[in-house]
Amino acid sequence: MTAWTLLAIIVGSTVMADLLQSFEMKRHGEIRFRTGGLARLAATLARKKFLILAVLFMAVSFFAFMKLVETADLSFAVPVSAASLVLETILARIVLKERVDSRRWWGACLVAFGVALVAR
Amino acid sequence: MLFDRRLKWKTRLFAGIVVASNALGNFFLARGMRHLSASPNSPLTFIEAIFTPWVALGITLLIVWLLSRMALLSWADLSYVLPVTSLGYVANAAMGYYFLDERITLQRWAGTLLIVAGTVLVGRSVSSTGEPA
Repeated sequence: MTAWTLLAIIVGSTVMADLLQSFEMKRHGEIRFRTGGLARLAATLARKKFLILAVLFMAVSFFAFMKLVETADLSFAVPVSAASLVLETILARIVLKERVDSRRWWGACLVAFGVALVAR
Repeated sequence: MLFDRRLKWKTRLFAGIVVASNALGNFFLARGMRHLSASPNSPLTFIEAIFTPWVALGITLLIVWLLSRMALLSWADLSYVLPVTSLGYVANAAMGYYFLDERITLQRWAGTLLIVAGTVLVGRSVSSTGEPA
């Protein structure tokens, strides 16, 4: 499998995992840490179906990443995988209905240019 | 006000943990994968690789990254969390340069710096993080 195929798998599954994770965690509400409450929190989170699906996508992304860093530079593999960020900013606005102001859009654009430079 | 300040510091602390655990986790993972006796190409060999010391250490740190990021996402917007924690991309490049002897071209550094610039810009925007604009 080529480095570009592995990258496509990493980016696609990361986008899906982040969207599902954000959606489910927002639905759950802010996490507050209390003594003895972590096990209960873990048990609650383990029953969230979108979170389980997000974890599966993360696993796919992770194994593809493991394979990629075996041969590719870390200084290449990690920044290039930031391509997921641009897609996620767009989808955070469209799917999650988050308010994304112009500074964030410009920020996401700069990240996209940065990724393009690293990838060339 | 007290609630806002608590959430602001909690957000900064968790953003720091997310960045550090990601950079160190990826570094140990890459180091471990490059020192395997045989390249993994089946589910079984991937599982074997997971239990080698450096890969296991990398995965442990990446689990810390995952949990701290999930916690952060429970109160902060995804469109804030993702760019701010992308500082980890820079930290990863630095780890590759200093500890894995990777040759990083000027162009690659420029790309990495653009990612930082994008991150700073996003960090200055208004967001649901408990921080004022």
